[in-house]
Amino acid sequence: MKRACLGELEEVVLLTVAVLQESAYCASITQTIDQQMARSISFPTVHTTLQQLQKSGLLFSPMSGATAQQGGRQKRLFTLTTAAQRFLIEYRRADVRQIRAHLWDGPAIRQISTQVLLLWEA
Amino acid sequence: MGGLTNGEGRFPGPPDSRPPRWADWLLSRFSPSGLEDELQGDLLEMYIYWVKTTGLRGARWRYALAVLRLIRPLSWSMTKQPHEISHFFILHPAMIRNYLKIAWRNLTRNIGYSAINIGGLAIGMAVAVMIGLWVYDELTYNHYHKNHDQIAQIWQSSVKNGEIKTRFTVPRPLETALRNVYANSFKHIVMSSWTLDGVLSYGNRKVVKEGNYMQPDAPNMLSLDMLAGQKEGLREPNSIMLAASTAKSLFGTENPIGRIIKFDNHYNLKVTGIYADIPFSNSFNTTTFIIPWEHMVANTPWVKEAANSWGNNSFRLYVQIADNTTMEQVTAKIKDIKLNVNRAEYAKNNPQFLLLPMNDWYLRSNFENGIQSGGRIDTVWLFGCIGGFVLLLACINFMNLSTARSQKRAKEVGVRKSVGSVRSQLIGQFLSESFLVVALAFLIAMTLVFVTMPAFNTLASKQIAFPWMNVYFWGATLIFILCTALLAGSYPALYLSSFLPVQVLKGAGPSLRFRVGRFAALPRQLLVVLQFTVSVSLIIGTIIVFRQVQHTKNRPVGYDRAGLVSIPLTEGEFDGKYEFIRNELMGSGAVVAMSATSNPTTDVAYGRGGFLWEGKPADFRASFAWIWVSPDYVKSLGMRIIAGRDFSPDFPSDSNAILLNKTAVDYMGLKDPVGTLLREDNTDNSGQPLTVIGVVDDMVMESPYDPVQPSVYEFNKGSARFYNLRLNPAQNARESIATVERIYKKNFPNLPFQYRFVDQEYAAKFSTEERIGKLAGFFASLAIFISCLGLFGLSSFMAEQRTKEIGIRKVLGASVTNLWQLLSKDFLVLVIVACLITIPIAYYFMNSWLQHYTYRVELSWWIFAVAIVGALFITLLTVSFQAIKAAMLDPVKSLRTE
Repeated sequence: MKRACLGELEEVVLLTVAVLQESAYCASITQTIDQQMARSISFPTVHTTLQQLQKSGLLFSPMSGATAQQGGRQKRLFTLTTAAQRFLIEYRRADVRQIRAHLWDGPAIRQISTQVLLLWEA
Repeated sequence: MGGLTNGEGRFPGPPDSRPPRWADWLLSRFSPSGLEDELQGDLLEMYIYWVKTTGLRGARWRYALAVLRLIRPLSWSMTKQPHEISHFFILHPAMIRNYLKIAWRNLTRNIGYSAINIGGLAIGMAVAVMIGLWVYDELTYNHYHKNHDQIAQIWQSSVKNGEIKTRFTVPRPLETALRNVYANSFKHIVMSSWTLDGVLSYGNRKVVKEGNYMQPDAPNMLSLDMLAGQKEGLREPNSIMLAASTAKSLFGTENPIGRIIKFDNHYNLKVTGIYADIPFSNSFNTTTFIIPWEHMVANTPWVKEAANSWGNNSFRLYVQIADNTTMEQVTAKIKDIKLNVNRAEYAKNNPQFLLLPMNDWYLRSNFENGIQSGGRIDTVWLFGCIGGFVLLLACINFMNLSTARSQKRAKEVGVRKSVGSVRSQLIGQFLSESFLVVALAFLIAMTLVFVTMPAFNTLASKQIAFPWMNVYFWGATLIFILCTALLAGSYPALYLSSFLPVQVLKGAGPSLRFRVGRFAALPRQLLVVLQFTVSVSLIIGTIIVFRQVQHTKNRPVGYDRAGLVSIPLTEGEFDGKYEFIRNELMGSGAVVAMSATSNPTTDVAYGRGGFLWEGKPADFRASFAWIWVSPDYVKSLGMRIIAGRDFSPDFPSDSNAILLNKTAVDYMGLKDPVGTLLREDNTDNSGQPLTVIGVVDDMVMESPYDPVQPSVYEFNKGSARFYNLRLNPAQNARESIATVERIYKKNFPNLPFQYRFVDQEYAAKFSTEERIGKLAGFFASLAIFISCLGLFGLSSFMAEQRTKEIGIRKVLGASVTNLWQLLSKDFLVLVIVACLITIPIAYYFMNSWLQHYTYRVELSWWIFAVAIVGALFITLLTVSFQAIKAAMLDPVKSLRTE
């Protein structure tokens, strides 16, 4: 396994794949993120991320049958590999979250200058 | 992939709601391999989603953007399967680095070939760049003036001896007519004098400068760059505007504005403006001061008198046309003014005015029977072509050497192909080799151009600066490098990459034999023939230009130029002092003969017509070159008297006498010229008739390429404008000039001493042709040098290729001479073919070039013979070196290798 940790985008994409289960393919993933996260994400970005995740062995991608919605073409479905599932579980674990929470609420946040914080507030 | 191209046919919905077709095409053409179907499918679905969320336009926009991002190199190079190679793989940076590395190794491994390749290309490129700069400079002549597109000079044409003559001088009333009748066709109308010398003095500083009298609109029309003062500085008649250089030499660091300077030691003029010097490549570059036209009118009686004379064509008229009109429209309006004013008098001559645009002054100012017929532009194109050809020769060398070496590289190609290179990669490799060579050659070429620029400027009489700062120049050179690299590298790239690996590695398949065997050399041979056709043509051209110049130089001029000095006089100062000065000069021993005259020895300033004589054919409209001379003119110039006698102070009646030249006698059809009376053809019969007292031999005054005009030498009554001095041949010319200067200074302490040697002035008439000859000779020698460089490379390659054959032949008893013949023959045949092609081409072009000159050399066969023999000789010399070297090689060495 090449990657030791996941970026936010990768995490989101992996989770979306998990949520969509059988019908996770590039277009549906993009649309789901687009709607659920209330933030615009571009199709090529998702596509590239999926390719990378697949290369890292986190995704497995069988081809599906053709559908009318896709103009009669096959689509590439994505499912999580066991490695990916383990990864997500790792990420969900309390200590990782705790570290995050600690970093956010602990003394570290005070290192950020007040001007920046003000800007963020605004 | 086929399903994609008609994908939109299956797309549900009206046709205009489909995703952009071009994006689909791009995707189908360039999508990462293996992903076409799913990408297209997903994208279609996304498109439907986008149509819902952002509307049709937004969806199309996002669709196109997504396609572009998906097919860009970075996004798919990561996802590529290792065994799949795209056509565009050659563009990968790592690959390019690899190509360049290999190219560099190839270059350094064969230093000899590389030197010939790069050196030849560098010379070719240097020549092309230099000529390019020269052509650019020529084509942008006069572009300093902002309104050069709208500025014109008015020319007039009229029928003279059945032929339409076109000249740039016009009568004064034309200006008044244009201002009164056609004012709204023009933005500026500027009457001007010719450019003349003037003595400017301020305090005890005194300089002689060239300048013009011009009307007040001149600075605006010429968009002069004012450094001080106003563009309206010519409104007052007693003002003067100076070029920066003139102001500097008069005032140094002082502020010149408002100062009074003395002009020609007589007039006080106030400096009202300083303008930046007009750069070299402009028609007005010699105008280093401008004095109001009104000043000239007020102080020069004959100019004042010309105000209403349509017959005195001594002036220049420049105009800037109004914004809403064209040169053609204005010409159509004004062309008949003179006829409208004076129909009865001029109908026969059919005088017409025309506008010659400023852009044409320098390049297209020749007129043939009233029709504009090129001019300098011919030379510009000629050199442009030569530059292109020289570059082509250099590129041919490159191609030839690369293909000739193909056999050596064939194995490399075979190995690369069998290891998995595809053709596009090999093309990429060979092209990057050619890019590397061209880039190196370009660096050398730039250095060459930079170093030789001053010499080139001298040779071409130019002031071209190396355009470091010019963005367009660098843009052009970049395109130039790319084109040259593609031109030079395309053939080897396509040729070498087409080898089949099996055949190459086996050594001799049928297809390989076809390629490298009998016919492989054919394109190479054609290129060599082309090279030599160009080179030999250039040599023939150079010889003919050179001969033409020599021929004209040796033309009998009808007077003795050696030791003849001409002193230009400023008007007024010298009147009535001639006899006194002459006595002093003759007495000093520095001068053996002297005369005064109205025009320089090397030019005709005036023409006259309208004379009657006995036996004049009716309806004969004669016109003569007219020269006023003092006694001793014939003697001082060393002219030959054919009949009668020279003017002499001993005959008081000589004040109404004339001399004719031989051409004039023939022209007038006189059997017994001496004693003929020449009367002015006017009704009141005023004025004394002029008696012909002698005939002199023809004297070349104008262009040495043209026939001599019928000329009349009349006894000088008015003021002279030139003194002719025959220096004492027994005395050192420098000493004599010093003596003359001393006497001159004594008599005219206020005037700077100026003089010209007539032989130098005459030699200047050849400057254009000599320059063309020198440049052509220079380029021709470079062309032949480049061609020979190519031959040298080719023959050394041939010799190397046939080392084994030569070894075997030697072992079997062939002599060095035999082998030399064997190797040289092939090339000699090529050069002979080239020569045969050259002869008709060169004959045609040179013949039509010579037609421009009335006094010209004939094309003789020996010129061609010399060029051909020369070319053959040089070829032999080049080839023999390699041939003999190969023939002398020890066969033991060459045969032992395998």
